[in-house]
Amino acid sequence: MIEVAKLSKHFGSKVAVDKLSFTVAKGEVLGFLGPNGAGKSTTMRMITGFIPPTSGDAKVCGISITENPAAAKTKIGYLPESAPLYNDMTVIGFLRFCAEIRSLSGSAKRDAVEKAIETCFLTSVAHQSIDTLSKGYRHRTCLAQALLHDPEVLILDEPTDGLDPNQKYEVRQLIKRLGQDKAILFSTHILEEVEAACTRAVIVDRGIIVADGTPAELIAQAPNGSLTDLFRKVTTTDTAA
Amino acid sequence: MSSLVIFRRELKSYFAQPTAYAIIVIFLILSLGFTFTFGEFMGTGDASLEYSFFFWHPWLYMLIAPAVGMKLWADEQRNGTIELLGTFPVSTWSAIVGKFLAASTVTLLALLLTFPIIITVNYLGSPDNGAIISGYIGSFLVCCTFVAITMLVSACTRDQVVCLIVSVSLCSLMVLCGYDAFTRALAKATSSATVEAVVSFGVWDHFSSLSRGQFRLQDFVWFVSFIGLCLLGTSTILSAKRA
Repeated sequence: MIEVAKLSKHFGSKVAVDKLSFTVAKGEVLGFLGPNGAGKSTTMRMITGFIPPTSGDAKVCGISITENPAAAKTKIGYLPESAPLYNDMTVIGFLRFCAEIRSLSGSAKRDAVEKAIETCFLTSVAHQSIDTLSKGYRHRTCLAQALLHDPEVLILDEPTDGLDPNQKYEVRQLIKRLGQDKAILFSTHILEEVEAACTRAVIVDRGIIVADGTPAELIAQAPNGSLTDLFRKVTTTDTAA
Repeated sequence: MSSLVIFRRELKSYFAQPTAYAIIVIFLILSLGFTFTFGEFMGTGDASLEYSFFFWHPWLYMLIAPAVGMKLWADEQRNGTIELLGTFPVSTWSAIVGKFLAASTVTLLALLLTFPIIITVNYLGSPDNGAIISGYIGSFLVCCTFVAITMLVSACTRDQVVCLIVSVSLCSLMVLCGYDAFTRALAKATSSATVEAVVSFGVWDHFSSLSRGQFRLQDFVWFVSFIGLCLLGTSTILSAKRA
């Protein structure tokens, strides 16, 4: 469902993403790992059509994001890294706006908003203004926005960042559940999350894939049988570079 | 269609915060205040609004329009919501149009709320109402031009204050360019061709004929193409920033 082919992004002379290729099939949850600045967010921004790639292409449900961005974007639900929201709106107002912009109207809109609020446990704050929300609720509101139109592809940039352990657990369960009939790509720093929620994981470093496999395969490659060791072995620290 | 959704959201956001109310109230106080004080509306005994009322509009808009428009893209870039907007299935162009129309609507509302002056002038004398309507149209076009300039500046920066300062400067330049005192000084220093070129860049050349009740095609073409160019520029800047 997500096909990334030789995707590259250069910022001036700096290569952020270097001919990255991978696929995510339906029913698969791909964990996207890597140190800060490895090009994870840049890759996700290119797949979602926010920034154009320097070269290469990404296809979502067979639709090229560079050739037909409007059609490809309808297939994607995207949670950006910092969970940006319009602070002057209420939670329900924001979700209604997102539903409208995705061409939902009438009862389809009402149902979609209601379902997203329920899935993300937002019922208690639905009529609250977004700028009064705590970080966990903000994050979940943005996640609700990504699930609203029941997309076939979910791209989540650090979906559990800033959540408390209970919320992290809930989001992981949610990703697992949604992953059964969607293609999900999510980035994370938390390695235990990979074992908990992913069917497959790739580790990127400086824009290239340095490890790829199921969590079990990755652990087998690790010198001491832990993902952390593998992560430290295959990636470079920013102080070393 | 998606322009309409964005237009509604922006408009709601203006009225969810004190922004729109503050702007409308201040515009009304200043525009009507100037009319009755410096404009000597009562003293001249002239049943027209050209000098007493419309004369002040470009001066007010050069402050009001940037205040309305400064958040349009600056805020979006600061909060990161531009990333949401950029990944929704809407084109940049429809977002630009929606935002521009929302900001223009706020200023249009402020302008329309000056209607008591029309009632007053009709009560006191028998003015040429056609000229008044044309003055209102001209005034709104000047305002839209300034909103479009602000939008262009807003796309360049994530800082609303920077946007405000820069767009106020640009708008005041356009107001000064065709202002009589300024052109007289310029005429002494340079050739008449230069003066003409500078004057045609200013808003007075196009606004004063409309505020007198004169419809000239060239003025409409000037306003519309200026606005169009600013919106196109906005689109170019936004796409260049993402690349």
